Amino acid sequence: MPFACIFVPDFSVEALLRAEPELRSQAVAVLEGKAPLQKVFAGNEKARRAGVEVGMTKLQIEACTDFVLRARSPLQEAAAHAALLDCAQSFSPRIEDAGDDAILLDLAGLEPLFGPQPKIARDLARRASELGLEANVAVASNPDTAILAARGFFGVTVIPAGREAEQLSSLPVDVLFVGAVPSPTLETFDRWGVRNLRGLASLPDVALSERLGQEGVRLQQLARGSISRALVPVETPLIFEEAIELEYPLMLLEPLAFLLGRLLEQLCARLGARALATQELRLRLELENGWHAEDDCCPSTALDPSDRRIFQRTLRLPVPLLDARIFLKLLQLDLKANPPGAPIVKIYLSAEPVRPRAAQSGLFLPPSPEPEKLELTLARITGIVGEGSLGSLEILDTHHPHGFRMRRFAPAEPQRLGPRSSEKPESNNAITALRIFRPPVRATVTLRHGKPSHIVCSKRIQGDILWAAGPWRSSGDWWEQEGWSRDEWDIAVQAESYIALYRLVHDRLSGRWFLEGNYD
Amino acid sequence: MASPLVCSQTAMNRPLIFVPEERCALLLNRLSALPKLTGVTAASRLEVRPAPEMVSAGIHAIDALTGGLPRGCLTEIFGTASSGRSSVLLAALAAATQRQEVCALVDVTDAFNPHSAAAARVALDRLLWVRCGRERKPRDREGHDFNRANKTSLRVRALACKRKIEGPVEQALRVTDLLLQSGGFGLVAIDLSDVPLKMARRIPLTSWFRFQRAVENTPTVLFVIGQVPCAQTCATLLLKLQASEKLVVGPRSSVLGERPTTNDVRRIIPPHAQLLDGLQVEGELLRCRMERKPSRSVNAAFMTKMPRAR
Repeated sequence: MPFACIFVPDFSVEALLRAEPELRSQAVAVLEGKAPLQKVFAGNEKARRAGVEVGMTKLQIEACTDFVLRARSPLQEAAAHAALLDCAQSFSPRIEDAGDDAILLDLAGLEPLFGPQPKIARDLARRASELGLEANVAVASNPDTAILAARGFFGVTVIPAGREAEQLSSLPVDVLFVGAVPSPTLETFDRWGVRNLRGLASLPDVALSERLGQEGVRLQQLARGSISRALVPVETPLIFEEAIELEYPLMLLEPLAFLLGRLLEQLCARLGARALATQELRLRLELENGWHAEDDCCPSTALDPSDRRIFQRTLRLPVPLLDARIFLKLLQLDLKANPPGAPIVKIYLSAEPVRPRAAQSGLFLPPSPEPEKLELTLARITGIVGEGSLGSLEILDTHHPHGFRMRRFAPAEPQRLGPRSSEKPESNNAITALRIFRPPVRATVTLRHGKPSHIVCSKRIQGDILWAAGPWRSSGDWWEQEGWSRDEWDIAVQAESYIALYRLVHDRLSGRWFLEGNYD
Repeated sequence: MASPLVCSQTAMNRPLIFVPEERCALLLNRLSALPKLTGVTAASRLEVRPAPEMVSAGIHAIDALTGGLPRGCLTEIFGTASSGRSSVLLAALAAATQRQEVCALVDVTDAFNPHSAAAARVALDRLLWVRCGRERKPRDREGHDFNRANKTSLRVRALACKRKIEGPVEQALRVTDLLLQSGGFGLVAIDLSDVPLKMARRIPLTSWFRFQRAVENTPTVLFVIGQVPCAQTCATLLLKLQASEKLVVGPRSSVLGERPTTNDVRRIIPPHAQLLDGLQVEGELLRCRMERKPSRSVNAAFMTKMPRAR
């Protein structure tokens, strides 16, 4: 039964380079600890060649130039590990979490789906690279051999069954020991002159057992590639979150958009690897000093008003999408309309996974806007006219003349029209439209025999009322505080060269007269 | 037989020159061989623009008058208050939404009445209503500097550029631009009915040309209503509406069909017993670039009904 291992060398460095890929060409060292006692935790290949060693102090490194120093970020490491799990899960449902930097996959039955083992290994490496991680991939007949080969060999390695010992023989003994802490067994091997796995594999079993016990025997079996065990599968939760800890507080939208773009690309790559899309994006920003209530840009959707250091925005989409550029533009527009009120120190971006939209457009369907474009357009229009000034309408179940509310605009997919519905409307459906004055215009009305006879409203609307019909009396909500009662009149007033028709309203509760609109 | 060259000279009020056809072709070939004219297409060889697809305006009289609303073109309807512009707009929206098209209404003065639309059978879930000119808090949007809330740091505002608050017409023009660029809308309507004449006339002609170019070759109907024609030559269809001298009031008695005088109404019928049944609207076709171009102005009349009189 074949197994594959994805191993990311210098994992803590790779986790940081996911967010800053332009640093790949430079020597990067990761520091750990509190200032001023920071020490080197890891470094990339270039840094090692330049002489950086684990445990060096920051001062020692700063003496040399051309080094990029970054603080270790557990947040970004967790995100990178989740990405690695997604990468493995996109190929096989049976995976084992073999540490932060290594994932094991069971490849049994995958060949008909993805091709031969070398192709699967190459695809795994490519998928990991798409997720921002440069990984080694090894395929072997048992899990531990796959792990050792992935740790020891650069790139893609495929070990045929039965040739494990031969293939592993050139690897140094260090690959058997995980972690930077020197093991006493490794020191013993060093004293014995055992430098590689061939040397360890050729030691006599009994003598090794007498000197190093069961641990020694296990290491020898590992070196021979003959140990076999069952995979311990894990079920990865569908949590898609990316995060960045910033070295310095961020104060402008432009660099923030730059970072958000990278996070979104990673997030979309992860979702894409699992054949998912998202309908809800959550942006959480940790602020340096907290936003201030007196500032006009205080966030309206902060999670907890008491925690003023957290700023949160949620982007809900009408349809599942998976386009990092559209998400970025939407977030930019949203942040422009609702900026955080303080410098940013941490960025969290998470996506709610949903199944992607499956739509089949037809030749004979009426035109409708593409959901992606429409969402961007709506966000841009919101930036022009303000929130709550656009959307579709919903008439409320009330007799109140203004009983409606705005809804998010999400038109339904058009259905194919039947032969009857494609015909023209049968009758003349023109309805006399009422144009509403918002707010209603206050009017002074003179009554004669209980009927409006003269109106003074503005310079344009004043004079004798030529004709009036009414009153139409209505009332409602009298059982609540916002009760209303009104008389409506339809009136005709002579304008400059024409007769204009208006709706005149008498508020029976306040006794005031208003012009509510005109018929057009 | 007149060649294009001859026609152009005719247009310049020069005497007609008759050129034999074979020489004309020879001349055209020699002209087209000139390096400067290689990219120029002779007017006679330009393709004829195909006639646009027409869709129903929702009112038979308007359809009969104009042939419907042309897709990919700008249609402008103008008239005074109470002339029936909004009623025609609602009918067009209702017809478009019943065809399952997605429509947008750019409401410059926020005067749209949802209840009238519902009565006109507009499918409200397919209508995007954009309300321009509503009160907005003046804020800095561009280049927002988060540091301004940082009490410990200097309140540096150098990067925050102040943006002028836009008027409703400017907002409407930008919104329309975005909607047309987005595409996919069956009908995009701009309601300029209550915009003061000064402001409406101040809309640059370039905006209308841009809109016209944006809808060209798309299935979108761009529909503008206002008090005066604004789009000028950009409008493919220009229709003038005016209310009839006759007010249609009920009950259908002696005042029906006549302009009521105050004395008549007071004397004959009490006000609570009569209703405004609707408007009698007259339409005049002023411009139409369709194949069926009328030789003179054509009129049509129709009646709108009050929702409660249906």
